[in-house]
Amino acid sequence: MDFQYFIELFFGGLTRGSIYALIALGYTLVYGIIGLINFAHGEIYMVGAFTALLVAGLLGYIGFPEGGILIVAALAAIVWTSAYGYTMEKIAYKPLRNAPRLSPLISAIGMSTFLQNYVLLAQTPDFVPFPMLLPEIDGILALFGDVLGPSDFFILVVSFTTMVVLMLWIRYTRMGKAMRATAQNRTMAMLLGIDANHIISVTFIVGSALAALGGVLIASHMGQINFGIGFLAGMKAFTAAVLGGIGSVPGAVVGGLVLGLAESFTTGYVSGNYEDVLSFCLLILILIFRPDGILGKRQVQKV
Amino acid sequence: MLELKSINTYYGVIQALRDVSLHVDEGEIVTLIGANGAGKSTTLMTICGIQHPASGEILLNGKPIHNLQPNEIVRLGISQVPEGRLIFPELTVAENLDLGAFLRRDKDGIARDMEYVFELFPILKQRMGQAGGTLSGGEQQMLAVGRAIMARPRLLLLDEPSLGLAPIIIQQIFRIIQKVNSDGTTVFLVEQNANQALHIAHRGYVMENGRITMEDSAANLLASEQVRTAYLGM
Ligand SMILES: Nc1ncnc2c1ncn2[C@@H]1O[C@H](COP(=O)(O)OP(=O)(O)OP(=O)(O)O)[C@@H](O)[C@H]1O
Ligand SMILES: [Mg+2]
Repeated sequence: MDFQYFIELFFGGLTRGSIYALIALGYTLVYGIIGLINFAHGEIYMVGAFTALLVAGLLGYIGFPEGGILIVAALAAIVWTSAYGYTMEKIAYKPLRNAPRLSPLISAIGMSTFLQNYVLLAQTPDFVPFPMLLPEIDGILALFGDVLGPSDFFILVVSFTTMVVLMLWIRYTRMGKAMRATAQNRTMAMLLGIDANHIISVTFIVGSALAALGGVLIASHMGQINFGIGFLAGMKAFTAAVLGGIGSVPGAVVGGLVLGLAESFTTGYVSGNYEDVLSFCLLILILIFRPDGILGKRQVQKV
Repeated sequence: MLELKSINTYYGVIQALRDVSLHVDEGEIVTLIGANGAGKSTTLMTICGIQHPASGEILLNGKPIHNLQPNEIVRLGISQVPEGRLIFPELTVAENLDLGAFLRRDKDGIARDMEYVFELFPILKQRMGQAGGTLSGGEQQMLAVGRAIMARPRLLLLDEPSLGLAPIIIQQIFRIIQKVNSDGTTVFLVEQNANQALHIAHRGYVMENGRITMEDSAANLLASEQVRTAYLGM
C-alpha cells in the first residue's frame, strides 16, 4: 500500500534523524559556548562506536549476560568518549582561546585527522561487524505492523528520551542556566562567579556523551563500522545543526529530524543514489539562502 | 577595604592602566571619573580578575586578590554592574536575578535578597517571566543592579550606571545606590556623569589616559576649577 510505504519511510527517516540530532547537539552546544565548529566531533562519535564494539566483544567473550551487554557497552562508550572530548578541548582548543578564529578551526581539522588515523592504525582499515545489541521489541512490532524496523523503536525511544532530558537539564538546572549564561555573554557569566573553563569542559563532555550514544545506536543498527564513519556522520550532523540554526538546541533536534526525513523520502521515492549527496546540497542551499537555519536567530553583529 | 597599588594593565602592547593606586574604605561611596578611554572600565575589570595586571597589587582587606580567578573574587564579596549592563537577553528577569546568586547556597538569604531587590525596583517583579532583552534601557539597568545585589556583595562596583538613561531614571538609580550604601554595602562608582556622581560620593578620583591625576573629597572635587572646566562643563 502506498500509505504504508509512506509511513515506513517516515519512521525510517525519524529514526535516522534522531541520531543525526544526537550528534548535531554536540556541534551546536560547543558552537553556542565558544563559537567553534568542532570538526573533530564526527570522530568522537566514531570513537564511541569503536569503544562499544570492543567492550561488547570483551563482555561477550567472558560470557556476560546478553541483556546487560548493551547497557555496559554504551556506558563504557559514553564515559571513555567523554574523556576524549574533555581532553581534546584541553589540548587542541583551550590554548587557542584568544587566538584568531581560524586557528582553533584548523586545530579541529587536525584533531579529526589525528583521531581517524589513530583508530586506523590501532584497529583496521576494514569495516568490522558490529554486534546487534539493540533489543527487538516484538509487542511493539505487532502494534505497528511492518512500518517500524525491529530496532527503530528502541532507537527512537532512547534518543528522544535523551533529548528531552537534555533540554530539561539545560532549562532548569543550575549548571544548565550557567551554560546558557556563558553562551550569551561569557564575560558577564564570569563576573557572576561562573567558572567559564568548567562550563566549556562540561559542554564538551555532554556533547561527546551524546555523540557516543548516537554512535552505539547507529552502529548496531547498521551492523558494521570503520575508522571513516565519523566523517560522513559528522558532515550530516553538522548539516543538521546548520539547518536547524547553529547554536540553537531545539534547532539541532529539528534539523536532525528534517534531514533524516528528507533523506528517507528521497531514497524511497527518488533513488538511493542521492542519499548522501542530498545533505551536502542541502547544506550549500541553507548557507546561501538561510544561513541562520530554521530556528536560528538572525545573527546580530556582536560588539 | 579595597586597595590598588601601582597597577599596570595592558591589552597586548597597549597600556591601559599606568601606575594606578587608589583605595576604597568600608562604608564609603567612592567615585572614579574620567573621559572616554581613560581606563575606568579596565580598572574595574582588573579588580574583578577579568584582566590581569602586569604589575602592582590589589588587596582586599589586606589580602592580595590580583592572582585570583573571577569566581574566587566574587566569592570574596566583590560584584560588578558592568558598562552596558550585559543583561542575558534570552534569560528571563527571574533567571538573570537567580544567576546573580550563582555562588550562594543559602536559600533563605537568597529569597530575602530577592524581596529586597523587588523593594528597590518594584517594576522587576512585574517583569519576572519576561526575557531580559525585551526590557527598556532603564529596566535593564535596574536588573543589572538587582542582579549584582543578589550576590550580596560587600563591595559593589558600578560602571557608568547612568549611561544612556533619561534624567529621571538616573535620579532613581543614584538614589538607590545611596540606599544600598546606607544599608551597608561599600560602593565604587565609575561615571562620566561627574556632577551626579560627586553629589552622592564621599571621595573621588580623576583618571586621565590610564593615570590617576586627582584625588580628593567629593566636595573639594566639585569645587575644583580643573574638574569644573574639564568634567562639569562650567
Ligand atoms: N579589549 C580591548 N582591547 C584593546 N584595547 C582595549 C580593550 N578595551 C579597552 N581598550 C583600550 O584601553 C583604554 C581604556 O579603555 P577603557 O574601556 O578602560 O576606558 P573607559 O575609561 O572605561 O572609557 P569609556 O568611558 O568610554 O567607557 C582605551 O584606550 C581602549 O581603547
Ligand atoms: Mg568604560
